Amino acid sequence: MDNKIKKVVILGSAAIKIGEAGEFDYSGSQAIKALKEEGVKTILINPNIATIQTSDYLADRVYLLPVTVDFVEKILEKEKPDGILLSFGGQTALNCGLELYDKGILKKHGIQVLGTPVETIRNTEDRKKFNQVLDEINVDYPKSKAVGSLEAAETFAGEIGYPVMMRIAYALGGLGSGVCRTKEQLVERASKAFSYTSQILIEEWLGGWKEIEYEIVRDKYDNCITVCNMENVDPLGIHTGESIVVAPSQTLSNREYQKLRGIGIRVIRHLGVVGECNIQYALDPFSEEYRVIEVNARLSRSSALASKATGYPLAFIAAKLGMGYGLHELSNAITETSAFFEPSLDYIVVKMPRWDLKKFRNVSRRIGSAMKSVGEVMAIGRNFEETLQKAIRMLGTGARGLVANEKFVTSSIEDSLSKPSDERLFAVVDAFIEGYSIEWIYERTRIDKWFLHKIKNVVDIALRLGQGENLDDSFLLEAKKMGYSDEQLAILGYKEEEEIYNMRLKAGIHPSIKRIDTVAGEYPAKTNYLYLTYEGIEDDYTEKHPDAAIILGGGPYRIGSSVEFDWCCVIAGKTVRESGKTSIMINCNPETVSTDYDEFDALFFEELTFETVREIYNKIDPAGFILSMGGQIPNNLAVRLDANGLRILGTKTEYIDRAENRSLFSAMLDDLNIMQPEWKALTDTKSALKFANDVGYPVLVRPSYVLSGAAMAVATSDLELKAFLLAAADVSNEYPVVISKFYENAKELEFDAVAQDGEIICYAISEHVENAGTHSGDATLVLPPQRTYFETERQIRITSAKIAKNLKINGPFNIQYIAKNNEVRVIECNLRASRSFPFVSKTLNKNFIAIATKVILREKQKPIRIPMYDYEHVAVKAPQFSFTRLRGADPATGVEMSSTGEVACLGDNFHEAFIKALISVGFKFPVTSILISSGPTASKAELLSSIKVISDMGMIIFATGGTSDFLTAHDIPNLKLNWPLDEEKPGVVEYLKEGKIDLVVNIPKNYNEDELTNDYTIRRAAVDYAVPLITNRQVAMRLFEALSKISKEDLKIKSWDEYSVK
Amino acid sequence: MNAKLVLENGMSFEGKAFGAPVSTSGEVVFNTAMVGYTEALTDPSYYGQLLSLTYPLIGNYGVPNEISDDITKSKWESSRIQAFGFIVSNLSDIHSHWDSDMSLDEWLKKEGIPGISGIDTRALTKVLRDSGAMLGKILINGQEVDFYDPNKDLLIEKAAVKAPVEHGKGDKTVLLMDFGCRNSIIANIVRRGFKVIQVPYNYDCSHLKYDGIILSSGPGDPARYSFMTSKIKAFMEEKKPILGICLGHQLLALTAGAKTYKLTHGHRSQNQPVIDRFSGRAYVTSQNHGFAVDKKSIPTGWISWFENLNDGTNEGLWHKNLPIRSTQFHPETMPGPVDTGFVFDEFKRCF
Ligand SMILES: Nc1ncnc2c1ncn2[C@@H]1O[C@H](COP(=O)(O)OP(=O)(O)O)[C@@H](O)[C@H]1O
Ligand SMILES: Nc1ncnc2c1ncn2[C@@H]1O[C@H](COP(=O)(O)OP(=O)(O)O)[C@@H](O)[C@H]1O
Ligand SMILES: [Mg+2]
Ligand SMILES: [Mg+2]
Repeated sequence: MDNKIKKVVILGSAAIKIGEAGEFDYSGSQAIKALKEEGVKTILINPNIATIQTSDYLADRVYLLPVTVDFVEKILEKEKPDGILLSFGGQTALNCGLELYDKGILKKHGIQVLGTPVETIRNTEDRKKFNQVLDEINVDYPKSKAVGSLEAAETFAGEIGYPVMMRIAYALGGLGSGVCRTKEQLVERASKAFSYTSQILIEEWLGGWKEIEYEIVRDKYDNCITVCNMENVDPLGIHTGESIVVAPSQTLSNREYQKLRGIGIRVIRHLGVVGECNIQYALDPFSEEYRVIEVNARLSRSSALASKATGYPLAFIAAKLGMGYGLHELSNAITETSAFFEPSLDYIVVKMPRWDLKKFRNVSRRIGSAMKSVGEVMAIGRNFEETLQKAIRMLGTGARGLVANEKFVTSSIEDSLSKPSDERLFAVVDAFIEGYSIEWIYERTRIDKWFLHKIKNVVDIALRLGQGENLDDSFLLEAKKMGYSDEQLAILGYKEEEEIYNMRLKAGIHPSIKRIDTVAGEYPAKTNYLYLTYEGIEDDYTEKHPDAAIILGGGPYRIGSSVEFDWCCVIAGKTVRESGKTSIMINCNPETVSTDYDEFDALFFEELTFETVREIYNKIDPAGFILSMGGQIPNNLAVRLDANGLRILGTKTEYIDRAENRSLFSAMLDDLNIMQPEWKALTDTKSALKFANDVGYPVLVRPSYVLSGAAMAVATSDLELKAFLLAAADVSNEYPVVISKFYENAKELEFDAVAQDGEIICYAISEHVENAGTHSGDATLVLPPQRTYFETERQIRITSAKIAKNLKINGPFNIQYIAKNNEVRVIECNLRASRSFPFVSKTLNKNFIAIATKVILREKQKPIRIPMYDYEHVAVKAPQFSFTRLRGADPATGVEMSSTGEVACLGDNFHEAFIKALISVGFKFPVTSILISSGPTASKAELLSSIKVISDMGMIIFATGGTSDFLTAHDIPNLKLNWPLDEEKPGVVEYLKEGKIDLVVNIPKNYNEDELTNDYTIRRAAVDYAVPLITNRQVAMRLFEALSKISKEDLKIKSWDEYSVK
Repeated sequence: MNAKLVLENGMSFEGKAFGAPVSTSGEVVFNTAMVGYTEALTDPSYYGQLLSLTYPLIGNYGVPNEISDDITKSKWESSRIQAFGFIVSNLSDIHSHWDSDMSLDEWLKKEGIPGISGIDTRALTKVLRDSGAMLGKILINGQEVDFYDPNKDLLIEKAAVKAPVEHGKGDKTVLLMDFGCRNSIIANIVRRGFKVIQVPYNYDCSHLKYDGIILSSGPGDPARYSFMTSKIKAFMEEKKPILGICLGHQLLALTAGAKTYKLTHGHRSQNQPVIDRFSGRAYVTSQNHGFAVDKKSIPTGWISWFENLNDGTNEGLWHKNLPIRSTQFHPETMPGPVDTGFVFDEFKRCF
């Protein structure tokens, strides 16, 4: 190994976005662990404050700063590291690293790129170079051409003939890529692409071929192995991130498996990768013809999946190889045999994507070669049927498996099969139920018949039950082996779930615990990486742990629940271990650190369903569950677990229920005379309208059953309310609609705290920049509050204390408040960790979760005074949106959450922290030209003064119709641009396309669901042409002020520890 | 039809019968390869054994026809199933592959070999791992059979060809001592432009003309075949290039005066790491053996060419001044990774 390297900088991947999710928190954390083992000093740059890798106990130094060349260069100048790791922070880190290299910055500071050399990365990222490299060793790739102009693109497409595949260099998650079936489609796609890239790739369309991936590791001695191969159930044409993926491959013969493996090793050796990489193939289903689709010369989503699927810690090993080790010098932590080997699986793994498309207005539900999914789950079992059904349940979308679901398929079976969307799998099931043949379905989906047949096996069981076949012990066992949950069987067999459970008890039908050991049992294993299966006769793990705390994880990342809960779970586990007790984790998300087998004493990679956690509980006989760390999924299990006599640690279930149940909670608030927005649950439109008029518009509407579109909306008039209730929701006694008075121009605040026996131990109040009406998950948070009355904070403190006392809280909790002229009202209260716990913990340098966990373990805690006023820094948390990837979606925020991630930065004052945070989520700084559509008259007036400020400092201001007139009337110089629909020059879209605008401020006219097309078109164009967009008035005002106060020089390069008060 | 796997230690596993409906017995061994059941079942090293696969989903891609006319294209390792029985967890009820000519079940029926499915092969593997390979029987519908210990038989007798067979053409000829050879060993030699004469282990070669010798792989305990050493000694004295593979390697070692012993953990997988002592390069290899050459007993004049990165056992020999080479692993592979084909190139270089 290379001992010249004493200090290393690691680039993170910043906020979680579609295509770059938690997997990079996992790989980054592993890299840091690997380097620390070598006594190397680690410096992490990542503004994603919710990650585990930015915890105080991992990297020696953490910079919560943008991963952009400007910032990173300054940090390098300051830290003077010997080496830098570029391949652990996804495409964000890689692109930044390449730029640093090209600008000669790394050279200038004599910093060595560890692992795969930049030239190699270049050869894999630049499709033209890549194809040349493949030619050198005559490996096949799709007929293709890298082109730099629209004309060139059209010409080549003409040559190879439509349909063609269009792709973009240096993009990830297939951004902007897709099939172009006609010239028109090509022109449209390509011109968009050229607005943010100089090179696109036109290639032969291979839709329908098998898509196969290999994860390959190589060291500097040219030792090379393939750690895992994976097969996409959805054939080529659907992005691997959008596909159901199995490991290992199921339909490849030994010849094919070894052939692709061999080619992979040849390619990777020729490229000269040092570390980990991923190669993707297209394989002809009717011959041994193949094509290499791409190589990702960095840790990727697939490599995180492969690590979890095999137990082989790819990122950890890759980091060691980067330090100069050889594979043969490293050992496999699980079996203590050599790390130079290829894992052998004795189980099958199924990965499924999690989409949240329903959350977006106007978005297309079709899936293809570009990623739209926001997260994924991984299921492990010993046959495909069992494993697939587990995976579906893990998604937490309400699906109970392949069958026994509400109707998911909205369009015709034929359509949903041939035009893939997020509902295709269920269309396959419906097709079988309708009696269509495997052949017929294959023709429309090109999903290999092997997979289709297995899906049919599951459906057949349902049909047998439907025909009234008696569910005797052997049929019951058969069904369980096919992955049926007790609930599914109950529904199909017209029984109660508990009856099925009791039948199993009597027949002694329980799952076995199996261990993942990387060697299929050939050698004894040291670790407790476990899963459950009904295809087994014995448990690999038989220990009982009366002292164990079983922590339930957060499940798949999705909108509203992401890495922040994983941080809570990992910290909780760490604390349990430190207090000498046994820590056990149950989770099913391969992107997480909490599913890293060495973070806990035992890890069950399993479902977070009542049935499964009860089975595990019964085998372990633990002290109890910790439900307050993993977000809403575990929290929702509380009542049922408790009712069945399973022990729960922390706050008592009766109180959790009192907080979750709207009427109970509201009654309690009334008793304590704590104010809350007036609300009522109503069962018909008439009374709904009446109540709305009594409390006065606007009102917030929450249907309990949503037909389509957003679950929540704000109505400003009878008209809108009627429209929404008719169009979006079904209102009845069964499905009441909750209507609450919507408070306009009210502040919103977060109260995060830990209480012990009802007494608050520590707390933090964060203020929203946006007024109430922007979902707390999309809001910009500020800590400590800058614009909140002392009196308001005092009331919040007092009110919260009352609630904590009344609910006898033991553990973490969060209360959301709205405040208007010093009156505070409670919106909701969650007796669990909230999204903002990592944010407050790290900003205040007090680990709320560690404290909460000790409380839950009944270790007496003393109240901690947090001297808000002594902090010399301000922290700002900003949301990350992924609208770029959601073609058509309206990028305006509202009461429904739509961001996919977040960052937080620290500064000496609000303005500095705010600008840093915005840059971290993609804002360009400095800004020289802004397009403003200032919305309703009220907001025009409100914005005026701050617009004046930036105008005076010489900002170029463009404005749309009304706003322009208004500004001119107040003699603010501006250039009027025409609305898209006017189709007159100079037009907004044209200016955006030509990059003449640095920033778009577009304030929606009202809360109405169907926005004016004009505004929508502008917002959409901004997103599509990668121009930063702001749709909230308060954010716009704060930003204008900040722009006028802050210059580049004011953005200080300070690490987290340089801010923290000790 | 129900079936039962019974081990000599008294343990038994309930399962479902497939393939030929006849009870059978033999030595129970496992392999952790995830693909390649066709190649494995036709590998003569499995003669007399009941093969259990740790990978649970078997039969997915069916079985391709043997292509017997041209050995370099053969998709089987010999012309028939060599294992006496097949033990799997989940037998696929469908086979889906362009190159599949029949289902695994049909194939076993045709070949008269019984199989048992629905077995927790991980549980079974843990037993075999800890107590070593042991005798067992697969009972179909309760029809009893006695335990059969293949090691009491002269297995190479059963596994090897009965009369000489010629393969390929070339101006140089390689004599292949067949102890139960795999097709792909021959294919690898033929592909390198040699003519191959494959002869039974006990064949009198005095009248044959050849330029080099291969000592093939094959089933059983090398110590049982000590009678081969005189013959092999004679070959060595001819100073012609010799390549020993697996059993061939062990017999070569015995002839040279080294000792062999039974491994506590046999090597039965496609992912065995070995390191080349000369180049320091490591390779993933396919292995299937329960005996090994004792490193300490390797006589002077020989170098331990390859060693296993997991347990440090000897994986190959290199004679200091004669063109004699051998490997414990299978450079020809099938099933398995194809990384060590260079061993055959080295053999060719020796001419
Ligand atoms: N030539 C092609 N024909 C059809 N589909 C393709 C082709 N090339 C790629 N794809 C599909 O597009 C997806 C994204 O392409 P890929 O090169 O992997 O880009 P990314 O860098 O986003 O992973 C692939 O997963 C595959 O399903
Ligand atoms: N009565 C209200 N007046 C104004 N805004 C509200 C009101 N109730 C909720 N909101 C806004 O809607 C958002 C979501 O409401 P909330 O009840 O927190 O739903 P969720 O359970 O999805 O967090 C809040 O963050 C807040 O911005
Ligand atoms: Mg890809
Ligand atoms: Mg909320």
